Amino acid sequence: MRTTAVPEARRRAVLEVSDLTVEFETRAGRLRVVDGVDFEVAQGETLGVVGQSGAGKSVTMLAALGLLPSSARLVRGAARLEGVDLLQLRPKELRNVRGKDIGMVFQDPLTSMHPSFRVGDQIAEAIRLHDAGVSRAGARIRAIELLELVGVPFAARRWRDHPHQWSGGMRQRAMIAMAIANGPKLLVADESTTALDVTVQAQVLGVLRDVQRETGTAIVLITHDLGVIAEMADTVVVLHEGRAVESGTVGHVFASPRLPYTAGLLARGPSRSRLRPAAPRVDSGPVLEVRDLVTHFRSRSGRHSDVVHAVDGVSFDLHPGESLGVVGESGCGKSTLVRTIVRLLHPTSGTIRFEGRDITGLAGRDLREVRARLRIVFQDSFSALNPRRSVGDIVAEPLRTHGRHGAGGGGRVRELFEMVGLQPDLSGRYPHQLSGGQRQRVGIARALALEPKVLVLDEPVSSLDVPIQAQILELLERLQRDLGLAYVFVSHDLTVVRRICDRVAVMYVGRFVEVGDTATVYADPAHPYTRALLSAVPITSPAERGSGRRIVLVGDLPDPAAPPSGCRFHTRCWLAFDRCVVDEPTLQRIDAQRVCSCHLVSPIEAASIGESGFLP
Amino acid sequence: MADVPVPELTGRPAHHQSWTAVLARPAGAIGAFLVLVVVVGGIIGPWVAPNDPFSVDGPSLAKPSLSFPMGTDALGRDAFSGVLHGLRTTLFVAGGVAAIVVVVGMSVGLAAGYRAGWLDQVLMRSTEFVQVLPRFFLAIVVIAMFGPGLRQLVLVLGLSSWPLLARVVRAETLSLREREFIEAARADGSSPLRIILRELLPNVVPSAVVVVGLLVAQVMLIEASLGFLGLGDPNVVSLGSLASEGQDFIRVAWWLAFFPGLAIVVAVLGLNLLADAVTGSLGGGR
Amino acid sequence: MTTRYAVWRLLQVLPTCAGILLVGFLLIHAAPGDPVLALAGDGGDEAYYERVRNKFGLDQPLVVQLGTYVANVIRGDLGTSYTSGRPALDVVFERVPATLLLTATALALSTFLGLAAGIAAAARPHGARDALISATSLGLYATPVFLVGQLMMLLFALRMGWFPVQGMTTARENYTGLTHVADVAHHLVLPVIALAAQEIAAVARLTRSGLLDELGRDHVRTARAKGAGEVRVMVKHALRRAMLPVVTLVGGRVGQLVAGTIVVEAVFSWPGVGGLMVSSVQARDTPIVLALFFVIAMTVVLANLLTDLAYRWLDPRVRYG
Repeated sequence: MRTTAVPEARRRAVLEVSDLTVEFETRAGRLRVVDGVDFEVAQGETLGVVGQSGAGKSVTMLAALGLLPSSARLVRGAARLEGVDLLQLRPKELRNVRGKDIGMVFQDPLTSMHPSFRVGDQIAEAIRLHDAGVSRAGARIRAIELLELVGVPFAARRWRDHPHQWSGGMRQRAMIAMAIANGPKLLVADESTTALDVTVQAQVLGVLRDVQRETGTAIVLITHDLGVIAEMADTVVVLHEGRAVESGTVGHVFASPRLPYTAGLLARGPSRSRLRPAAPRVDSGPVLEVRDLVTHFRSRSGRHSDVVHAVDGVSFDLHPGESLGVVGESGCGKSTLVRTIVRLLHPTSGTIRFEGRDITGLAGRDLREVRARLRIVFQDSFSALNPRRSVGDIVAEPLRTHGRHGAGGGGRVRELFEMVGLQPDLSGRYPHQLSGGQRQRVGIARALALEPKVLVLDEPVSSLDVPIQAQILELLERLQRDLGLAYVFVSHDLTVVRRICDRVAVMYVGRFVEVGDTATVYADPAHPYTRALLSAVPITSPAERGSGRRIVLVGDLPDPAAPPSGCRFHTRCWLAFDRCVVDEPTLQRIDAQRVCSCHLVSPIEAASIGESGFLP
Repeated sequence: MADVPVPELTGRPAHHQSWTAVLARPAGAIGAFLVLVVVVGGIIGPWVAPNDPFSVDGPSLAKPSLSFPMGTDALGRDAFSGVLHGLRTTLFVAGGVAAIVVVVGMSVGLAAGYRAGWLDQVLMRSTEFVQVLPRFFLAIVVIAMFGPGLRQLVLVLGLSSWPLLARVVRAETLSLREREFIEAARADGSSPLRIILRELLPNVVPSAVVVVGLLVAQVMLIEASLGFLGLGDPNVVSLGSLASEGQDFIRVAWWLAFFPGLAIVVAVLGLNLLADAVTGSLGGGR
Repeated sequence: MTTRYAVWRLLQVLPTCAGILLVGFLLIHAAPGDPVLALAGDGGDEAYYERVRNKFGLDQPLVVQLGTYVANVIRGDLGTSYTSGRPALDVVFERVPATLLLTATALALSTFLGLAAGIAAAARPHGARDALISATSLGLYATPVFLVGQLMMLLFALRMGWFPVQGMTTARENYTGLTHVADVAHHLVLPVIALAAQEIAAVARLTRSGLLDELGRDHVRTARAKGAGEVRVMVKHALRRAMLPVVTLVGGRVGQLVAGTIVVEAVFSWPGVGGLMVSSVQARDTPIVLALFFVIAMTVVLANLLTDLAYRWLDPRVRYG
């Protein structure tokens, strides 16, 4: 349990930002990105700065630190660090503040660290920059201590590594170590957990909390993720188009948002109370049957002999009109699985049956024919569209390759545009001229062109802002209803899956560990990994803080080139016992709604599993 | 490919915007102008040139004047006509080399980038090998053994200049191959050839244009240097050989060495400016 | 950098060398006329040609000939120059020091000045200094080596008389010791500048664009957020990776630099391999031409090897395999 805020009397403002206004020089003229923003953060407190991308969140803090890009101009305002206005300091004085009084942790730890220097040396540099009296060796020892403090295992050995040899979570810990190296009064974390998996995000947020408890530093948490705010912040300021539209204690703002904008942001955020009603089951047999699917490939990096067990024995059925969600951390094999299903990758073994026909070994004309009705939508809408072709041309492409783009082809393209809610006159535009949401609609239109039965969606909304996500999800729901589509919906975002899927499969290092009805799995997860995954999802409202037992997994996902023996989860499982190390559990039916592979969960009687199907 | 974009759907052709963007930059406009001057001068120049470069038309070592814009040489030959004919030689070599480079470099680069594995290995090892060969000296060896001549010069420079293009095209292809639109095209049911021609090629062309421009500029300098050393074809006028002849009179007639050199500067500068502008508009366009 | 990588990279040189020999061999046999002409040059008598035929086994099958040829080259026997009657390699190596002095000085100077100019331009991009440096390097990059040489000669040797017009030493004097060194250095100035001009421009352009690219990256922002000053950011953080393309460029342009040296030698009558090469081509003294080609090709291979090792040291992420 955390206290919401330090009593007013004892609060001492560390940073006060007032009337901050920043403009950018663009080709279209001056653009005001931060407009008269005020906020403050006190010692030992955490301030959340929220808003959609482009709301001016990062610019605000970069301006305070004098780190604005050259195209930006500070118009007016003040940023007082314990009374000293940082914006009035000379560059040399400001340098003494940066990295000493204020530490910064950025979004992407891989690009934010120098690729050619050793991790330990980069932290040591932060120390020696502000204290010339520390020797090289002394700084190194201190760097190792800092790495240990933020929970990097084997820090005494691994400080010599270069950043690319570390995982994302470990790199972000190293960035935190760098930021706190000189005991800053203020720690600024700019979208620091956005690029991480939920389980790792929970770890990193835990590190930030520990650091704050031990050092009493103030934290400014910049994020678009309201869950992170609800979890971490004491006070919050909501930015919209450069203005601070709302601020106050986190409990107050979440409970009774003053402005419709904030209310909208909150309503569209993750919520545990929204659940999709189960779709009516049609008993015409599965449209897609996957059995014992295995996809291995040679590791491109590292030693030559490594075989990556990306997908390692996956089975499921998909019925017409239903949606199956596949969730798991990045690197668990989700993307390989969907690419194998649509035959972009060749399976090592196992079978894929589509509409009753074995498509595992199909090639040429037969495969193309199947691909008309088994389609895929990709994650990154920008990368998925050829930048040199107009979007109308892109949507028409599958019609051409399937010889259905005759005289009426243009009409079909127009129809598809309307179907996904795009103005048909956008068809002459190029992908970079569209917004992210529009691009994703183009991707969906391309997938729908040949009247598919099954859509495989690989993280279709992950690169979009929350309100846009909601629109795309609505579109997908409508299309499913209207066209009777079946979805395989892959996502690392558990809230999205809950909203759109009837059933969910939890994947871990190439295998499903729990598959079942979404409502049941979310309400009462059986596998320890599912429990950990669900508990790592940030809560929706600050009132829920500490309401459930939080499970924070240790470490990262194991290397799929060397999966652990026995139960693959045993290396991170807090319940593991001897048997888990040697004996691999199989998926067994544990109740009417689902199957699970864990030695601790007892299966129901074998006799009660009907002949009809192996999964619900 | 047989399919053409449907007229009512497509707006302007895909490259239209990028080329106007290139010309909108000062570097692009100046570069294009200089290249145009060189190309027009080299192709049309010799026909409309006031005099035959080998015939004696005026006084010996005349200063640049209205009738002889670049002066005359020791034998009284018109230097301006010489430069125009020299430009034609330069263009012939540059064009021939560019054709060979485009064909070999693009095929090798696309094939190696799109088909990973042994083919890529073989092609890249060969590319690295050819890239190590010192082009200038290889050309000299060929001249020593086969005698001087434009045809063998074009062949040897063309067959030794493609590796840079192949490597750039391969690198581009490799990074494009990671992009999901290539997977999307496969999922659409497109054949590999169609993917290479319709999805990869249009995205590779801009950087290939830049590389070919830079390679052609280098080849022009090499051709001029060979001419300067007296290793060019004695039957045609070359800017390098003009500059070399001018060297003997540099104390008394600086213009003889200066103008042929200047012609090369114009050509090479134009190509470099154009390449810079293309690179610049690529970076800013996306 | 691991020693394993260095050894592995060193072994890679062998097939390259073999390939270069093969190219030489193939050219000899593709050349019009009797291959003995290509092997021995144009001006020998019948008895001499007969000896060369025997030595290279020209009556044997092509594969055997290739073996004989390679064996001869490995022994350091690249044939005999018919113009001087001496082993070709000896004739070539006599001229190498003068050329090496010119090339190495220009390489060092251009790398240093090019980096300095590039840094100066990138420190305040789009300023007046940047505009001056960028425009100058663009112009120099497009100027053929001989034009730079001729203009310098015209201006600084003929008009101003600051430097000697040609040669490597003053012919009439017989300097020794330090005065000799000073004399050579005096002669060296103009050729080196002429040769380095284009390289300076190339290095400066690449350094500038590489630095601007790096300065926009996240890790530079991190360095600033740590409190590093602009000089440190530039020199320690940005330059390190901006050097990568520069290293590749310098290594990759060694061949062109040597080519430029040949031209500069012709402009300033520098007594290096250039004059030898030109006269040998004109006299069809092919053993000398081939020997020069092999020596220069090997130099380029060596330069590439060093480039790769330096690259790997600068960027530990480069994988090998």
